[in-house]
Amino acid sequence: MTNATLTPVPAAPVANRRNRLSKGRLPRWAIPVVGLSALVLGAAGSTLGGFSIASMLIYTALLFVVGATAVTVIVEGRRQGTNSFFTYLIHGCFILALIPLISVLYTVLERGLPGMTSNFLFTSMNGMTGAVDNQSVADGTPVLGGAYHAVVGTLLITAFSTIISVPIGMLAAIYLVEYGQGKALSRGITFFVDVMTGIPSIVAGLFAGALFGILFGPSTRMGIVAAVALSVLMIPTVVRSTEEMLKIVPNELREASYALGVRKWRTIAQVVIPTAISGIASGVTLAIARVIGETAPILVTAGLANNINFNVFSNWMATLPTFIYYQILSPTSPTNIDPSAQRAWAAALLLIIMVMVLNLGARLIARVFSPKTGR
Amino acid sequence: MTTNALTSGPGSGRTGDRVFSTAARSAGILILLTLFAVALFLFVQALPAFTADPADLSGGQGFFSYIWPIVIGTVIAAAIAIVLATPVGLGVALFISHYAPRKLAAPLGYVIDLLAAIPSVIYGIWGYLVLAPVLVPGYEWLNQHLGFLPVFGGPVSQTGKTMLTAGVVLAVMVLPIITSLSREIFLQAPGLHEEAALALGATRWEMIRMSVLPFARAGIISAVMLGLGRALGETMAVALVLSTGTLIPSLIKSGNQTIAAEIALNFPEAFGLRMSELIAAGLVLFVITLAVNMIARWIISRHQQFSGAN
Repeated sequence: MTNATLTPVPAAPVANRRNRLSKGRLPRWAIPVVGLSALVLGAAGSTLGGFSIASMLIYTALLFVVGATAVTVIVEGRRQGTNSFFTYLIHGCFILALIPLISVLYTVLERGLPGMTSNFLFTSMNGMTGAVDNQSVADGTPVLGGAYHAVVGTLLITAFSTIISVPIGMLAAIYLVEYGQGKALSRGITFFVDVMTGIPSIVAGLFAGALFGILFGPSTRMGIVAAVALSVLMIPTVVRSTEEMLKIVPNELREASYALGVRKWRTIAQVVIPTAISGIASGVTLAIARVIGETAPILVTAGLANNINFNVFSNWMATLPTFIYYQILSPTSPTNIDPSAQRAWAAALLLIIMVMVLNLGARLIARVFSPKTGR
Repeated sequence: MTTNALTSGPGSGRTGDRVFSTAARSAGILILLTLFAVALFLFVQALPAFTADPADLSGGQGFFSYIWPIVIGTVIAAAIAIVLATPVGLGVALFISHYAPRKLAAPLGYVIDLLAAIPSVIYGIWGYLVLAPVLVPGYEWLNQHLGFLPVFGGPVSQTGKTMLTAGVVLAVMVLPIITSLSREIFLQAPGLHEEAALALGATRWEMIRMSVLPFARAGIISAVMLGLGRALGETMAVALVLSTGTLIPSLIKSGNQTIAAEIALNFPEAFGLRMSELIAAGLVLFVITLAVNMIARWIISRHQQFSGAN
């Protein structure tokens, strides 16, 4: 892609309006004027049916795109008109895509910050009933109960799923890159790993539930079942990122190692993996960020608990996403839903912070310890 | 290192090699087995629902009449999401690859990737508590002016918890998938073709239409298919946003249901036959998304062989 100017016209002297080269071109002030008049007309139009910022912006955007395109078509011709129409449309798409992002982040910050108390962070929902919430609303006292148990559950379940998926995912990637080049098995694994990335998360949850249901009887719900479900989602991500990283390790390093008489497995363990470790670590971090916010698989495998449970091998466990889900869907006190909503938004803020820290951390790891390609 | 391959005996090194390669291969095979096991266990657990007396199932008319309305609901929600997200997603991808200033392109791409990082449950509560009320006036307008179409039939839901809202939330969630995949393809479009088009006097849009889009067609199709797979299987957004009910044509009225939300809403209380029924629904969802994803991956792999991009 070049930044070449799309018009064949060199900078035309502005002073001479009748210059042959600048004929049939829009003057510079034309588009801003169209924009300004679109804003005025949009504001006026939106007052007709009850003024609101949203309708004003929608009218303005539509008027601007139509007006600017029409002006360009009249002055510069149909081809330039089409071009500017799509230019505005594509810029508009980007702005449109930013709206939900900004809205979500703003909402979570605005509604989550008031609930971010030490009480929220360090107590559980144990013994919290609707009566407690009603009492705190009636007295105007701070909301009691928090998400400590859910934070514990989230961290434990994610840690266990990482412990399960990282060795399997890394070994599979090593097989694909170092052993399986061109073999049918390796092509099959690559294809199905790609397909696995698209498994709906709730199906992964049902699978883990069904597996443990067959082993330990139906409706077995505990943290480890959720960890297995999450690792089904996590393994493909780990395989893909590790594979990419191992592929960019230069072959000269492997050959130098072989030339010294080092066995293949030690070459892999002590030359290839250390070279690629930063990329692998950042891929694993991104995979963790992907599964830490999963709700559906937890819902069907670990249930929901109100008390703190440090043991993933027995009893139900809560995680932040399921905590948010249940606080919104079935508030602790059906008559006073505000305390539950406050807890849910605070938990949402906490979860977003976790995910963003993991995402930024992954980028930081990748940048600071970037693989030494030897070039 | 105090030991190396020369000082340690030849036997030990060979054993290490064998152990390591076996471990690596078995990890690979384990992944294939897992995918197979997902299908097998779901089938085993779902079997009672297929063989049970039709009168014992929800609705009392057999598994097929239970599953087809929610399959249709799933397809409707995913279709709305894809119809809304595809043009916007492609526009954003083009913006990042061909319109944004070079230096800004990477950070802007990261901003769009943030959309993918937000957990689905947060989209769910945002759609339920923020987006749905905002959309109600828009639905009323649609009902007033286009109410003769069955899809905009009234009475309009006053909470905004409708299929269309769920579709909009799903569209926001699949947008980053479509954007990031098609952005990669757009960036791979041969630069010489683009420069040749510009040199012949094409406008920027003509250049994109003639040299970038034809090159990227297969990639766009597979990106949309992968987005579709995500939209079909997405659970929490629909479970929280949609006020569920029976299958109805109107998209702005409470009603309809998707497979994933049906499972999430009912599984925690389910036992016995009801549980098998929900697992059977999960199996159906698994088969649908598997088919969609396999077609998408097949298009990508076929495209790579003759793309000539590298």
